[in-house]
Amino acid sequence: MATQHSRSAARLMMTPAVILLLGWMLVPLVMTLYFSFLDYRPLRGAFDCCVGFDNYVRFFTSSSFWPSVLTTLQMVGGVLAITVIGGIFLAMLLDQPIWGQGVVRILVIAPFFVMPTVSALVWKNMFMNPVNGLFAYLWKFFGLTPIDWLSELPLFSIIFIVSWQWLPFATLILLTAIQSLDGEQLEAAEMDGAGVVNRFVYIVLPHLARAITVVILIQTIFLLSIFAEVFVTTGGSFGTRTLTYLIYQRVIESQNIGLGSAGGIFAVILANIIAIFLMKIVGRNLDR
Amino acid sequence: MLSSKMLGLTTAIALVATSGALAETLTIATVNNGDMIRMQGLTDDFTSKTGIDVEWVTLEENVLRQRVTTDITTKGGQFDIMTIGMYETPIWGANDWLVPLDDLSADYDVDDILPAMRGGLSVEGTLYAAPFYGESSMIMYRTDLMEAAGMEMPDAPTWDFVAEAARAMTDKDNEIYGICLRGKAGWGENMAFLTATSNAFGARWFDENWNPQFDSPQWKETLEFYVNLMNDAGPPGAANNGFNENLALFQQGKCGMWIDATVAASFVTNPDDSTVADSVGFALAPDTGLGKRGNWLWAWALAIPAGTQQESEAKQFIEWATSKDYIELVAENEGWANVPPGARTSLYENPNYKDIPFAQMTLQSILSADPTNPTVDPVPYVGVQFAAIPEFAGMATQVGQEFSAALAGQQSVDEALAKAQAIATEEMEAAGYL
Amino acid sequence: MARAVSTRKRAIYTVIAWTIGLLIFFPILWIFLTSFKTEADAIADPPLFFFFDWTTENYGIVQERSNYLRFLYNSIIISVGSTILGLLIAVPAAWSMAFVPGKRTKDILLWMLSTKMLPAVGVLYPIVLIARSLNIYDTYVLLIGVLTLINLPIIVWMLYTYFKEIPVDILEAARMDGASLRNEILYVLTPMALPGIASTMLLNIILAWNEAFWTLTLTTVDAAPLTAFIASYSSPEGLFYAKLSAASTMAIAPILVMGWFSQKQLVRGLTFGAVK
Repeated sequence: MATQHSRSAARLMMTPAVILLLGWMLVPLVMTLYFSFLDYRPLRGAFDCCVGFDNYVRFFTSSSFWPSVLTTLQMVGGVLAITVIGGIFLAMLLDQPIWGQGVVRILVIAPFFVMPTVSALVWKNMFMNPVNGLFAYLWKFFGLTPIDWLSELPLFSIIFIVSWQWLPFATLILLTAIQSLDGEQLEAAEMDGAGVVNRFVYIVLPHLARAITVVILIQTIFLLSIFAEVFVTTGGSFGTRTLTYLIYQRVIESQNIGLGSAGGIFAVILANIIAIFLMKIVGRNLDR
Repeated sequence: MLSSKMLGLTTAIALVATSGALAETLTIATVNNGDMIRMQGLTDDFTSKTGIDVEWVTLEENVLRQRVTTDITTKGGQFDIMTIGMYETPIWGANDWLVPLDDLSADYDVDDILPAMRGGLSVEGTLYAAPFYGESSMIMYRTDLMEAAGMEMPDAPTWDFVAEAARAMTDKDNEIYGICLRGKAGWGENMAFLTATSNAFGARWFDENWNPQFDSPQWKETLEFYVNLMNDAGPPGAANNGFNENLALFQQGKCGMWIDATVAASFVTNPDDSTVADSVGFALAPDTGLGKRGNWLWAWALAIPAGTQQESEAKQFIEWATSKDYIELVAENEGWANVPPGARTSLYENPNYKDIPFAQMTLQSILSADPTNPTVDPVPYVGVQFAAIPEFAGMATQVGQEFSAALAGQQSVDEALAKAQAIATEEMEAAGYL
Repeated sequence: MARAVSTRKRAIYTVIAWTIGLLIFFPILWIFLTSFKTEADAIADPPLFFFFDWTTENYGIVQERSNYLRFLYNSIIISVGSTILGLLIAVPAAWSMAFVPGKRTKDILLWMLSTKMLPAVGVLYPIVLIARSLNIYDTYVLLIGVLTLINLPIIVWMLYTYFKEIPVDILEAARMDGASLRNEILYVLTPMALPGIASTMLLNIILAWNEAFWTLTLTTVDAAPLTAFIASYSSPEGLFYAKLSAASTMAIAPILVMGWFSQKQLVRGLTFGAVK
């Protein structure tokens, strides 16, 4: 259908977006790459070329490197698991006939509008604080010893906070998908004597596969660069130092831009590996 | 087409807004502490005297530090005045990033600044930042709980006494915790307290050849003492408590003792905010009989980044904010207990200030802190609760995270110290000391 | 799926859904309630829910300390501005990807998404240095530019998936009638894609409103949005729950209200191609 004319017009229309993003990606990336081969420590007035792969060696051999990669993966994985499973459950629930469905939906999507900084501050101080937090009162009410969430279950606490923020997103997308499910198909299966579990596994879940992939893809993109929630709650203590946070510590707290840049380059590579991996799956799922 | 019009409009607004900045406006970055917020409220006094407008950028401490450091190292020129501390000033001053404050007016009376503060904010005798308020650390304790425990706080207690008293005061069922200490990781949080305390136990960060000393028995003793004491007599969640969290706990009457910044004294004795205002006593930070006390020295100070277009206006502001007159102004408006403490000798000679219960203990604490000779064994660095080298902040925050994890019970004291030693060695090698 | 359901079943579902909905919403309600308490009531044991002396003093204190309206104004300019600019760039791009796909289209799309994974802090210094050398630090231009670039991949992706659902026949019919490419996009495609565009716009305003790293790092006074406003309340001395709550309410209320009012539009296009 596409004529030569419309083809070149199409190219032209894509150009601004591609060039802008290419510039956005390449300029800082090239500068970061350049910095990563420098001894760049502004507080010492050091800006010396070139130290070869020293920064890379130092970053990778640091005792905090592998734990931070692992923490990042755990955090992303944890949030994905909670939001996808919770999202499917909530979407199916909201799909049922209930009184005041509109209001319930408004309640459920509300956390998505809350700034990450605000959400982290509020959860940390007003809920998870072991003396004045609401959870502490709740625990005491049942005669239990309040839990110090952020030091006893630090990673879980952050995953919990982030999941609260992202559950609405997952729910919305999954809800739209569920609503497009053919009701007659389900009824027919019910007639044939398929139980609730079977109907879920053989009809609902396959139907949701595409939506689930989309949720995973979009959320992973955002979750890999999570920062505010860690910064506000634990500051990277108690094994919650993600790769992003480790780079932050190198660049801002230690003021070693060269070392931090080496970490940044690694993070870009890691992100791209995950991206390619995800997109293989998504691409396949979307082509169907 | 509608949207392109809107874009044009947006750009137009953007241009108007950016060109709207007047020449006579100072942009000041500051921390969201009570004294600074009070200063913000009194800015009108400065504007009416000089005709110079002030734009405040008030940020939480960590965010502030990130912003001003990035700005100064990239010569961003976003601020005319920055609020910085005793750690940054000598490093930045030595790099010529700050405007020297060597031509302040005679009225300002620069010699009135407490020598300890002036020394800590100078490089080779030149002042680079003017102290807005200064602090040391001391013990604040509940006189009623101390009495109930049948003990009496001496003016200069030992750590053994403090530990005994803390355990005696603790009544966890009623949410009374004998001692509240900093546990939140950060070079300006738990490490300020622990580094100062380690001085009293005879430990040090580095030996004279810059070798990290976390494998020394003194550090082990310090950290074990601290962790055990906090487990027995500290509040739950102590590993997440910094200055602000402990202040809130103390004001609610949940702490028997609290060893922290002397500026906290005015908050805990202020009946508006504190439920225990009339039963607070003060004592010097404890020692272990080795000749050093665990009290630090710090100042929040105002400095002018080099390259600002409004140097003389900025100096006018600094002279106003750190003057004797400003202290009078606060006293008039908020009472003598709320004036910024610890910066000027004349304040402590003022008869109106003598009656303030914590005034003398604050002065005594400040005078007894010695940044140039902080430890029992000799060290190559300056600073009581920090070492004034550029690498310290990053390194100490990481070490602080290990100590914080030890306090939370996630690792043993030995593990924390081993990791601390590894981190410090790594960083010092990277910086070329070793 | 209007299946006949017994009233009893419906009641059960209603109770479960409301319980969960209220639990999820509770933190926001709690922020709102606490913002009207005194500092002492905010930490009262047991916690106070509705029966306390309602006061607006916290809002007064917060407003006295910081000029809320300026932060709000900046937030609106930045989030709306970056969204409009993003749409202007993304609509043509998404159009061409959806209707004139080439061999590399899918790769380009996926590559665009991967640029979003750049860790912000890793490129902090480059961006700050560029902003300084262009002399655009703390301006709307910089903030709108950066936020547009950050969110552009998401905009393109959302629009692309939405456009793909539009039947090609209609466009071809328009072309047969001699519509120019411009008219085709303006008068045929855009009206049909309006729900998708509206939804994309809303999502992006939300994302831009809540972006906290760049907006905090690249602004000082003139362009500082609500994320910077919040940064001065995060841990002041002493008791601060009530003041924090008031500041938080002020920071999230505008976007929350906008989100609720437009939730139908937001939800309609928020599929990312999840539904075939």
